[in-house]
Amino acid sequence: MVESFFSAEAWQTAWEIVKSEFLFGLWETFYVTVVSTLFSLVIGLPLGVLLVAGDKGGVLHMPSWVLHTLNVIINLLRSVPFLLLMIMAFPLARVIVGTAVGTTASIVPLVIAAFPFVARLVETSLREVNPNIIEAAQSMGASPFEIITKVMIPESVPSLISNVTIAITTILGYSAMSGIIGGGGLGKIAINYGYYRYKYVVMLLAVVVLVLLVQVFQSIGTHLAVKLDKRLKNK
Amino acid sequence: MIEIRGLSKTFTTADGTVEALKNVNLTINNGEIYGIIGMSGAGKSTLVRCINMLECPTEGSVIIDGVDMGALTPKQLRKERRGITMIFQGFNLLMQRTCLKNICFPLELAGMKKSDAERRARELLEIVGLPDKAGAYPVQLSGGQQQRIAIARALATDPKVLLCDEATSALDPKTTHSILQLIKEINIKLGITVIVITHQMSVVEEICSKVAILDGGEVVEEGNVKDIFSAPKSDAAKRLVFPEGFDAPVVDSFSDEHRIRVVYNGADAAGTPMIAKMAVDIGICANIMAASTKTIGGMAYGNILLGIPGGRDEVEKAKAYLKSVPDIVIEEVKDNG
Repeated sequence: MVESFFSAEAWQTAWEIVKSEFLFGLWETFYVTVVSTLFSLVIGLPLGVLLVAGDKGGVLHMPSWVLHTLNVIINLLRSVPFLLLMIMAFPLARVIVGTAVGTTASIVPLVIAAFPFVARLVETSLREVNPNIIEAAQSMGASPFEIITKVMIPESVPSLISNVTIAITTILGYSAMSGIIGGGGLGKIAINYGYYRYKYVVMLLAVVVLVLLVQVFQSIGTHLAVKLDKRLKNK
Repeated sequence: MIEIRGLSKTFTTADGTVEALKNVNLTINNGEIYGIIGMSGAGKSTLVRCINMLECPTEGSVIIDGVDMGALTPKQLRKERRGITMIFQGFNLLMQRTCLKNICFPLELAGMKKSDAERRARELLEIVGLPDKAGAYPVQLSGGQQQRIAIARALATDPKVLLCDEATSALDPKTTHSILQLIKEINIKLGITVIVITHQMSVVEEICSKVAILDGGEVVEEGNVKDIFSAPKSDAAKRLVFPEGFDAPVVDSFSDEHRIRVVYNGADAAGTPMIAKMAVDIGICANIMAASTKTIGGMAYGNILLGIPGGRDEVEKAKAYLKSVPDIVIEEVKDNG
């Protein structure tokens, strides 16, 4: 029986599907991933900055309840399994994009799942900045805002890029899962053909393309992080 | 003029409170190179950070040219800090910026136009002797070169005060010397008041005119470097001037001898073979138990610990004889063994 899933005929049909649907699927996956990452950054970056700058001894000291609340929200959102989060986000997606189903609608739960993760990653990156450099900037009369924009973020750019790469690959994985609620892309193709219609070859090929996409994102990310890090002597 | 009045700083930690500074009073005149020296944990770094309010004093005030630093709003303080810049032990350059951009940084904060800032930065690179390092990143530079860039950065906003927090502690002796010379040059040429924080007496000897000795958060001794060097009064000062324990009994078998310490400060004394002359003139053959010489501001300063054989009379005779040599201070060392 297993042989029949991988017979010459199965490969033939699969190839037809690859030719007709994969290119668009790849585009949808790419679009959902990039747009979701961008929105997650827009929300997650300021929150990550706040977690570091607002902390005790930070440049923009905040009352402890603000940080406490923020931490609780981030931890809460990060502990909800993505599959359930997608379903719970239906009403919100309806409000924001007008529908709960489809490719664009799937961006809503993706962003909700990813921005707390991005905030944590940004937090880790910013905490790596040498506190003595921040002190030096303070001694030169830099304001908290200038320290954030001219010292903390620029000094941690290589680390931020590495961490955003991790975020992209994670979001890519989640986006494949959103095929279940009708979010388009390679994930949907894999589920529709592989799971509902037993065309395992198609699923296999979709996974191969997803793996390649992760490789591409990771390679670009690593390359950029290394290239932009001026602390590395011999390049 | 920098006036530090009744300055105290208490840190509250989980294990209780730590008094880092206790009622510090200092006056530093314009154009001086003022040393603040002490062992680790004496409170020097806290003191220097209270001058530019990176640490807020618990009590007391810091007044720079009539401006009470503690009474400023955050915005006024940031502006005032452009005139009181700082260099650090770890250089603290922005690692992702070129040297030129590092020097431009404080000018950028001051709102200077980019092209003007870069022109000024290039001038400063000349002053610190690294005109070819404009496009280099800090990681490509040696420690001494990084400190030169940090000095250029500190000078960018035309400060009236330069604070040096252990600025040479991470450097080898030769580089230390060249950095100290640069600081001295800047002090003379630009008339900037320099405050040097260090744990090394050699740094103070080389460039400072005045020094305060900090021990356990208190100023235990203060004055001209040459006075403190030739006659340290406090234990902390003695420890710093004679790190090897000059006054300690050297060898027990000499315990029947009386000891006197001869401190000579000046060329006359240094040019006189006084120990040999004493043996010839009055027949007392002193035993040299320890000796050291240093040059401070071009003058020879030295310490000799002499063991005088014989009784009380010989000691008095030796003291009287040595007192006749100019520029010499005699002190009998009490036998504590």
